[in-house]
Amino acid sequence: MQLKIDNLKVSYGNIKALHGVSFTVEQGEILTIIGANGAGKSTTLRAISRMVPSEPGSALEFEGQNILKYSADKVVSRLGISHVPEGRRIFGNLTVTENLTLACFARKDKDQVVKDRKWVFDLFPRLEERRDQLAGTLSGGEQQMLAVGRAYMSARKIMLLDEPSMGLAPLLMLDMFDALKEINKLGTTILLVEQNARLALKFAQRGYVIENGALVLEGPSDELLDNPEVKKAYLGA
Amino acid sequence: MESLTDILQYFIQNLINAAQRGSFYAVISIGYSMVYGVLMLFNFAHGDIFMVGTYIGFGIATLFLAIFAGLLPAPLIFLSTVVVTMFLASWIGVFVEVAGYRPLRQAPRASAAITGLMIGIIFETGILILLGAKRLSFPPLMESVTYNIGGVYFTNVKVMIIIISLLLMLALHGFIQKTKWGMAMRAMSYDFLAVPLMGVSINIIAPLTFAVGAGLASVAGILYGQAYPILDPYMGVIIGWKAFVAAILGGRGSIKGAALAGYLLGFIEIFVATIFPSTLRDLIAYSIILIILTFRPRGFFGMEHSTKLRL
Repeated sequence: MQLKIDNLKVSYGNIKALHGVSFTVEQGEILTIIGANGAGKSTTLRAISRMVPSEPGSALEFEGQNILKYSADKVVSRLGISHVPEGRRIFGNLTVTENLTLACFARKDKDQVVKDRKWVFDLFPRLEERRDQLAGTLSGGEQQMLAVGRAYMSARKIMLLDEPSMGLAPLLMLDMFDALKEINKLGTTILLVEQNARLALKFAQRGYVIENGALVLEGPSDELLDNPEVKKAYLGA
Repeated sequence: MESLTDILQYFIQNLINAAQRGSFYAVISIGYSMVYGVLMLFNFAHGDIFMVGTYIGFGIATLFLAIFAGLLPAPLIFLSTVVVTMFLASWIGVFVEVAGYRPLRQAPRASAAITGLMIGIIFETGILILLGAKRLSFPPLMESVTYNIGGVYFTNVKVMIIIISLLLMLALHGFIQKTKWGMAMRAMSYDFLAVPLMGVSINIIAPLTFAVGAGLASVAGILYGQAYPILDPYMGVIIGWKAFVAAILGGRGSIKGAALAGYLLGFIEIFVATIFPSTLRDLIAYSIILIILTFRPRGFFGMEHSTKLRL
């Protein structure tokens, strides 16, 4: 197992966002956590990325290393965990190329950086067409491509994705998930949180359901897709 | 009645004086803007960092003149004073970030602002204890020569102050636009929270920003010492506040805005003084600034997004 989250608790002030979440992620798999708005999906990813502090008693382990010993930037540069944050958070005042270059700030393997950038441009030709454009002028779909491409450049072992389908037209969503499959094929584990449960479960091999800051269900994607409770609550059937 | 030539001469004369004064404000105010852009706080110790930088420059200049005068050409002594002072003063910036602001990064902004003021007072009293209250005199790093071109008088020192200031700002522009550290600073000014996700350590970018600001301020200090050679521990207070005004006028976090507003401030001050009695200079000059800000509260190049994406 690559990532092991045990009893993860996070609070924002007096509000408990996560009440002891535990799950594991296997190397190379595509895992999804589905749930409603505010259930704690983003918080889970942010805790792994060390963007929000987790409470004492939480244990986060990645490839045998204690994640809590690393600061947010070292989680990326040393552990190899990349994060496509909610709302994309691309740097609108930087060009497309600069966004990709910044993601390699701590990397020393300059030759590989050049190869990776070429790979990203092959995966998303639209980005190459707009390489010298300010990222703020890109369309929503292109910004999402940039956010994913940037994450791929920053770290490689696992990619955490926070609602990559948000605000995308259906066709673009499918393209995006195809691109994520390509990234996964190269060995990057994918941990995806989504409100769009149907899409996420069709894409992932395994899934968890989160409700009010706690995981309530776990199983292979096709089982969850057939689960009457999941159907009722998340698939609109 | 004065002839047109006289008026033109008078105007150009004052333009040069204004460019010199504006250069000090511009170079110092950039330090405020850079730190604001990166950490969204105003470093109120910056005026006193300028003061300490000037003292460091004074020390290095005195030392180098004692050792190298006559051995090395004057411009080389000047240049090495600038480089060494910049290097030493940048560590003052790093110290202020690491010791003063870093522990308060999650604290309310008001606490950070107060910290800046306190660090400033510590620097002022520190220098006072270390060197006493007697006013020191900055040694001239170049022999002053006065030129007269078409009835306009100016010294080589003035020209040098203006040129070095412009070169510094040009170098800074290159640093911000072309290096990965500059890129990270620009990214920080857009979205503070997303930067660590790029594997960029804020604990590198923040002190670096303070270092650059302090380095610039220290060169401004050396140049200031060439124009006004009296040093005292409170010299950073007024000029610091004025440079802060320039930073606000230029637009929070905008480097080019700070530079532009610094020069504008210099021009307004000098030209107000040519029309009104000099005792009224600041009263009138800063009333003008106040009026400009009333109509342009965000300043010249203030970014709208910079407050929205954070907190």
